[in-house]
Amino acid sequence: SMRCYSAITPELKTTLDKVVSSHKVILFMKGTKDFPQCGFSNTVVQILKSLNVPFETVNILENEALRQGLKDYSNWPTFPQLYIDGEFYGGCDITVDAYKSGQLQEALEKAMCS
Amino acid sequence: MGVTKESVEATLKEKLNPTHLDVVDTSGGCGASFVVEIVSDQFEGKRLLERHRLVNAALVEEMKEIHALSIKTALTPEQWNQRQETNAAQPTA
Repeated sequence: SMRCYSAITPELKTTLDKVVSSHKVILFMKGTKDFPQCGFSNTVVQILKSLNVPFETVNILENEALRQGLKDYSNWPTFPQLYIDGEFYGGCDITVDAYKSGQLQEALEKAMCS
Repeated sequence: MGVTKESVEATLKEKLNPTHLDVVDTSGGCGASFVVEIVSDQFEGKRLLERHRLVNAALVEEMKEIHALSIKTALTPEQWNQRQETNAAQPTA
């Protein structure tokens, strides 16, 4: 796989392991769930709200170290980044696609029951 | 030197050898922004997340300057042909 942690320290990796697993559904985004500051982040927030699933958001605009660290940790260059059950699920396009196909609902139900 | 639609196309052609490629520049004044539709046999056997990672990895240099990249379509040639046939079978009113 292309996953590579070369740019982050083991300490940061341990921290990020904890952060991404701190909630079953956690969205790292630009802005907050009540005040998204980017259309892509807003799209994912609206999808999660419509599915009536409890989720946490983290504003990466307020934490530059987290923002840079997550890009390497997720091997994903942009935000938003959705994590389900501690695992990277995708960015905006993937979440929209999975929502339309019903796979996102499935993944969320599975996470809620785990 | 900024990232252009042409440079994004050239990089994707070189690295992913697509059989179909459509790059649309959607920048509305806030920086380089593109929508990509790409068909490549390198997506064979890969789920969507892995396909998008391939595209992101191909554009790793450009991503430093790209403000937003939306990968609307990432299909294998077989999936693409199937979709074309389905679309052709449903004539628009």
